[in-house]
Amino acid sequence: MQDDRQPILSVRNLKTSFFTDEGIVRAVDGASFDVHLGQTLGIVGESGCGKSVTALSILGIVPRPGRIVEGDILLRREPEDGQAHEIALTSLGDSSSEMRSIRGAEIALVFQEPMTSLSPVHTIGNQIIGAARLHRKLSKQEASELAVELLSLVGIPRAEAAIDSYPFQLSGGLRQRALIALALSCDPRLLIADEPTTALDVTTQAQILDLLRSLQEQNGMAIMLITHDMGVIAEMADQVVVMYLGRVVEEGPVDTVFGESKHPYTQSLLRSIPSIHSTPKVQLPTITGTIPHPYNRPAGCPFHPRCPDVIPGVCDKHEPELQSVGDEHLVSCFLYHPVPETSP
Amino acid sequence: MENEQVLLEVKGLQKFFPIRKGFWQRVVGQVRAVDCIDFHVYKGETFGIVGESGCGKTTASRCIVRALQPTAGEIQFRTDDGAMIDVANLSRDKLQPLRRQMQMIFQDPFSSLNPRMTLFDIIGEPLLVNGMADRGKRIERVEELLGLVGLRPEFLQRFPHAFSGGQRQRIGIARALALNPSLIVADEPVSALDVSVQAQILNLLLELQGRLGLTYLFVAHDLSVVKHICDRVAVMYVGRVVETAETQQLFESPKHPYTEALLSAVPQPDPSLRSQRIILEGEVADPANPPSGCYFHPRCRYAVDLCREQTPELEEVSPGHAVSCHRALELELSGTLDAPVPQTAHS
Amino acid sequence: MTEEHPIADSEERIFVAGQMQLMWWRFRKHRVAVVATLVVVAFYLVVLGADFLAYTNPNTTEAYRSLMPPQPIRFFDNGRFSPHVYAVTGERDMRTFKRVYVSHPDQKRPVRFFVRGYKYKFLGFIRTDRHLIGVEGATAAESIFLLGTDEKGRDVWSRIMVATRTSLTIGLVAVALSLVLGVLLGGISGFYGGPMDSAIQRLIEILRSIPTIPLWMGMAAAFPRDWSVEQIYFAITIVIALRGWTGLAREVRGRFLSLREEDFVTAADLAGCSRKRIIFRHMIPSFQSHIIAAATLSVPAMILAETALSYLGLGLRPPAISWGVMLQQVQNVEAVALSPWLLVSAVPVIVVTLAFNFMGDGLRDAADPYGV
Repeated sequence: MQDDRQPILSVRNLKTSFFTDEGIVRAVDGASFDVHLGQTLGIVGESGCGKSVTALSILGIVPRPGRIVEGDILLRREPEDGQAHEIALTSLGDSSSEMRSIRGAEIALVFQEPMTSLSPVHTIGNQIIGAARLHRKLSKQEASELAVELLSLVGIPRAEAAIDSYPFQLSGGLRQRALIALALSCDPRLLIADEPTTALDVTTQAQILDLLRSLQEQNGMAIMLITHDMGVIAEMADQVVVMYLGRVVEEGPVDTVFGESKHPYTQSLLRSIPSIHSTPKVQLPTITGTIPHPYNRPAGCPFHPRCPDVIPGVCDKHEPELQSVGDEHLVSCFLYHPVPETSP
Repeated sequence: MENEQVLLEVKGLQKFFPIRKGFWQRVVGQVRAVDCIDFHVYKGETFGIVGESGCGKTTASRCIVRALQPTAGEIQFRTDDGAMIDVANLSRDKLQPLRRQMQMIFQDPFSSLNPRMTLFDIIGEPLLVNGMADRGKRIERVEELLGLVGLRPEFLQRFPHAFSGGQRQRIGIARALALNPSLIVADEPVSALDVSVQAQILNLLLELQGRLGLTYLFVAHDLSVVKHICDRVAVMYVGRVVETAETQQLFESPKHPYTEALLSAVPQPDPSLRSQRIILEGEVADPANPPSGCYFHPRCRYAVDLCREQTPELEEVSPGHAVSCHRALELELSGTLDAPVPQTAHS
Repeated sequence: MTEEHPIADSEERIFVAGQMQLMWWRFRKHRVAVVATLVVVAFYLVVLGADFLAYTNPNTTEAYRSLMPPQPIRFFDNGRFSPHVYAVTGERDMRTFKRVYVSHPDQKRPVRFFVRGYKYKFLGFIRTDRHLIGVEGATAAESIFLLGTDEKGRDVWSRIMVATRTSLTIGLVAVALSLVLGVLLGGISGFYGGPMDSAIQRLIEILRSIPTIPLWMGMAAAFPRDWSVEQIYFAITIVIALRGWTGLAREVRGRFLSLREEDFVTAADLAGCSRKRIIFRHMIPSFQSHIIAAATLSVPAMILAETALSYLGLGLRPPAISWGVMLQQVQNVEAVALSPWLLVSAVPVIVVTLAFNFMGDGLRDAADPYGV
């Protein structure tokens, strides 16, 4: 196992905006985090928090009219001579050959809806073989053996027969497994899973999460798991990033974020989830109001209009920075660090 | 519970969808979406139906409100004057006066509101078609309903596109309440909402139940939500009820292996509870071509030969707790409530 | 429990905006479509005032004016604004036997607005003889010829005006007819389903599988020779509409099928709405804008169909005037080589087809304000 103190992927102050006719949507507004090999980074947030756009930014596939406006995405490579070097993904063109060789080979993506990410007109096997041969020097025979191996690795029964089936012939759970097999075909070091189980039922979800975990144990890859489900995060993640309206509000090890959450948003979110263990039939603590429309983001801290602990005159004027509040625990909230002297 | 009044009793409800093929659209098979289910709902309670997609829970709920015509079975409903009427086979005309007593809340807050109508038209429509012709009275009632679901009465002339998912769901609830129904069938009312909004809607449903004495038939796949809101639960698998019990009972000591697996699969928002899950093998059975015997047997880790051969009946194992499993009495299954109840770090 | 939601005035305007309002806001952004709409409107104004815009009777032949080239209007006379044309006399070139026209700059004929000309009924009921422009006391021989004349000496400009009326109304009436058929049959098909649906769908498939031209030829041949121009005109409209409805019917059926599954339709059903109310209050308003867009897009096809039929000599026949009838005259190389101005009757066909397509595209995009 490699040195896991050095992150394989570092995202620094990433800002991705969409320039639409109606205005600028700052989908990701200053996200920073690290992903380590052999670990799972969970990115959690509600709709419009920018978690998916973060993933698209890393892969350089932000759809128009969006683009990365600022920030760095550093991918750390470990070449044979042991000398690590970093590649700034933001400096590569989205469709440059280098970016394309990274996408799929080093960083792979698993989407929420497997039906739209698999080609409906090619068999599962051909898609895996094609992807594998695109990035790795393999003969047809080798690639086809690899496909069978991968499909049985992800738990598809009768893998030899399954390589000849088309996506529509598989059930939702099997399709998601096939998509994971496709993502694994180039032996990526980072797997980005964007809501991989949202479209699935709980028992199937349990199967897929179990699969991701055992795959990680086997090949030591890093997983970036994007979801809205606090339960899935608690189940899977080592590190957690909580996002709200494009900003990281809290970041830290999973036990800290769930056990000693500091940001009012994280706290309220956790409290508002009905749990199997909570007292039934009582009013749940809620977050007042609704998520603002991306076109009219509140000034200052984006959460201040809904925040129970809002400091008037501070939170609505200044934007808090992500700062340390403990061991590896970062929070962006004025409750925990001083207000900047000069107004921006 | 025994002396409570039954509001809805479903007996042997079936809904099959024909599979048609070829030029002549010949029926070549049946999808057994709902395959003979029985349950009853007491007045004033929340009865949950849980299961995974394709288990027939939505179809069953739509049959009960007669948005779908059931293939067979009885749906006994207690009307406001206390009589039980079988609504399963009533004609459209005869059904009309009963419609107002059972209403539905939908899953998708976007498709459930007509985008071409204002809030007043949407919420006021049930009033209008049920004889409240006076516009002034309708405005008054709609404003009252908006207040009831926590929306401002000034919103009357707005169109649904002005509202967020949570607010739309409130509008849908206001429409369902317009005719003072006694039964509300809620089909996954919170599953399309963001986490922080989910809690608001659940609170609203609880509050309305307390205030108006509503009875809910609550269809959901999210067990945490069901645990929170339901008094009694039926678990469905491939068109059948496999277990029904009081919520606490079901979560504490499930008697059906499927319930056990389902409970264990729910991820809990607490990293200290990372447990050994029961990972079910294989896939949900195809309702067009179900397996022999117990539909769950191919995935059941406790299955014996009997399960392959004979279909189990839903039988009561203790008062109010019915299971359809051959081995219900001999198995020691674990629920979710044996785990220590964690103290949340914040108050 | 009241949700906090600050309202800005500009937002409130959007929140209470109805479907048509949103559609208009969206359509307005589509520049090309707006321009195209203005073009289409201009064409229909021509339809309303065809005789007013013409200046000589489009059916009067005059042998001495055969195949005269376009005659330019001169706007200034000795530096003074006074539009006029030169008088033209025609002679036969005795070597080529071609008529040659010589203009005489010393004989000026002033061009005036609202001059008297041939008698017609404005909008079909106001008797008048005023025309937008012309020369005083115009006759078939002595007039202006903005776009020249055809081989029978009829003025091309005046003929195009009248042809526009014929061609565009045929398009519109045919679309209206197919809209009625399409919505009715498509609606029945989609709403009731079952054997009705199968029957209508098979009928549509059969109609669509018949090749167009032979079908038209067959039907056109069936018209009795002694039918009047009006009768032929309506018969042609019906022939075109009979095939045109199938596409719209499919569209309507598809919409009905998908709307039947919409939750708000179920909700209306549960609220106790009658079938009629569900169809007319919920379902039709939900797709009427799509149908309008689809109908707009099918107008040019209808116009082209009429043009093609008449061009082939199967549709309208002289003395009726339509674009197709006019184009039929230019079917030979001689016309193209020696009197190219006759080809000008193809211009409105192209312009109106493009304009309808752009307008329809704009409408289609605007019809779904909640879409992508």
